[in-house]
Amino acid sequence: MSLTWGKGDVAALIFAVLLLFVMPMLISTYTLTVLVIYGMLALSLGLIWGFGGILCFGQAAFFGLGAYTYAVAAINIGESTVPMLLAVFVPALFAALLGAMMFYGRLTDVYLGVITLVVTLILFKFVNSTAGPQYKIGEARLGGFNGIPGFHTLNVPGQPDSYIWGDALYYVSAVALIMVFFFITWLLRTPFGRIAVGIRENETRVSLMGYDVRARKTALFAIGAGIAGLAGGFFANWGEIVTPGLFSLGQSAEIIIWCIVGGLGTRFGPILGAAGLAYLKFALGQQTLIDNTLITGIILVLFVLFLPKGIVPAVTSLWSVSFAKRASRNRRHRRGSRQAGGTYG
Amino acid sequence: MDLSFVILVEILYAIASLALISVGLAVVFGMMKVINLAHGEFMMMGGYATITAVNLGVNVFVAMLIIAPLVVGLIGLLVERLVIRHLYGRLVDTMLATWGLSLFFIGMVTMIFGNTTTSITTPIKGFTVGNYQINGYNFFVIFITICLLVGIYALLKTTRAGLTARGTMQRSDIAAALGYSPDRIYMATFFCGSALSGLAGAVLAPLVGLVPTSGGIYIAKAFITVIAGGPALITGLVTSSGLFGLVNQIFTFAISPVIGEVALLIAAVILLRLLPQGVTGKFFKGKM
Repeated sequence: MSLTWGKGDVAALIFAVLLLFVMPMLISTYTLTVLVIYGMLALSLGLIWGFGGILCFGQAAFFGLGAYTYAVAAINIGESTVPMLLAVFVPALFAALLGAMMFYGRLTDVYLGVITLVVTLILFKFVNSTAGPQYKIGEARLGGFNGIPGFHTLNVPGQPDSYIWGDALYYVSAVALIMVFFFITWLLRTPFGRIAVGIRENETRVSLMGYDVRARKTALFAIGAGIAGLAGGFFANWGEIVTPGLFSLGQSAEIIIWCIVGGLGTRFGPILGAAGLAYLKFALGQQTLIDNTLITGIILVLFVLFLPKGIVPAVTSLWSVSFAKRASRNRRHRRGSRQAGGTYG
Repeated sequence: MDLSFVILVEILYAIASLALISVGLAVVFGMMKVINLAHGEFMMMGGYATITAVNLGVNVFVAMLIIAPLVVGLIGLLVERLVIRHLYGRLVDTMLATWGLSLFFIGMVTMIFGNTTTSITTPIKGFTVGNYQINGYNFFVIFITICLLVGIYALLKTTRAGLTARGTMQRSDIAAALGYSPDRIYMATFFCGSALSGLAGAVLAPLVGLVPTSGGIYIAKAFITVIAGGPALITGLVTSSGLFGLVNQIFTFAISPVIGEVALLIAAVILLRLLPQGVTGKFFKGKM
């Protein structure tokens, strides 16, 4: 695999741009914006979990941290460019510190999950209890349970008075999602990304080859957190308020469900899972017959039991079983002999 | 003098309630290595079972100590047969499936009982020590916890059933070769674990108002207590709940309840960083 653009990437880009313009005809841009933001958030976990093998139960911590950083910085600064950058860097820095603490302690799967969960909970409890006037950063009061409303929303860089909102916010966030997608595509093709996948497959082997597994995992964790923070920044702009709910366990759970349902180890899967399930939730929210937490729960259980790889990998393998296999069988006929036992499915 | 007595009771109560919250999970996770993220919801359902039974006219202690564990145990049995059974040995998958279950239970209870707070009054009256009022129910919680821990220890250590269960958890293939059915032993252990969760939820129900999402407040605490405890079931549980309960209460007295909770969580993160195998993974090796 090379670092340059391949046929698949061009196709993906054309497809993405088409979607970008077609989707607003089907769903209102207000809803679409949040689907796009969730897609970005799911992609951030998809990167570190699907490709790095780091199961983080607290991706919501970075999402919320991004949103709060944006809100606090926007109130203090009064325009949106620097706060948006901070919304990426603060969670990334936080994740780098947390990740260094965990990975250098050689903590793995369950313990990692529990610690990230606990950290999310700490942030949730802390932010929830900051209602008093003494909790303020610069001009911004943290507001406890009520959150922070009324901050400066996204504007054209350098022109604090020309706000980006409504349809424009959708296009900006969708383009940001496409950029993040191609950034991840690129990252996975660099030696760094290849080794990250190697670590997912067999950590000991990679470390015996002489790579510093701990530093690489920390870096990957921080990159994922940065992307989640960016999604948080956009979310703050979309909702125009940030609340402690962003840090909640429910939020963390949802991100994991999106990834599982969409498919791990793919780049489309998490985005598809997030957008699909968030839309489903939105549609279910409009009826009162069945509680929608119940549906989410059933979906997660059924996927873990029957389709543990998620939709995208299942569809791709179905595709390759029904089409690619036939093509390769023909090829095998032409070549005469080939060892028995396919690697498909 | 009076104050120090009150503080002592509060600390003991904090420790006991932590141990009580975690004991069901310690059986399910500590013994069976099934990460039950629906543990909090099992507790929540125990609470609801008690409240429903009391409203139907059942004596509160019968509801708490018999009905709630049975109901939740049966739900656990169902869950084990339908879901968990297929996932033994797949740690991350059980974690995700039980998370799904926890959402499912929250949704179901919301549909049945509605999204409002339900509660019953505490059945034991408070009394005063000097200038301070002490909640008599705290003693009941401490008493129940001690009984449970001693009971489980005795069951596992001295009875044949306990020996079989421990053996199966360690090497299920050997147990099967000796003529025991691991499938049924796993099932029975999961039943006991969920019944204990139900009991804990029921005992704590009169102290807190119940909403369908109340399970969430227990799960993180239960988890860190069990994980920080390490492989030895009862010893680990007692040590880690002792430690965390102490930290929690000291910071609660010194600063505020919220800081107390945060201090507990931070203590857990630090402890896990230093002793990833838990307290009993490092010290007390080979104990129970």
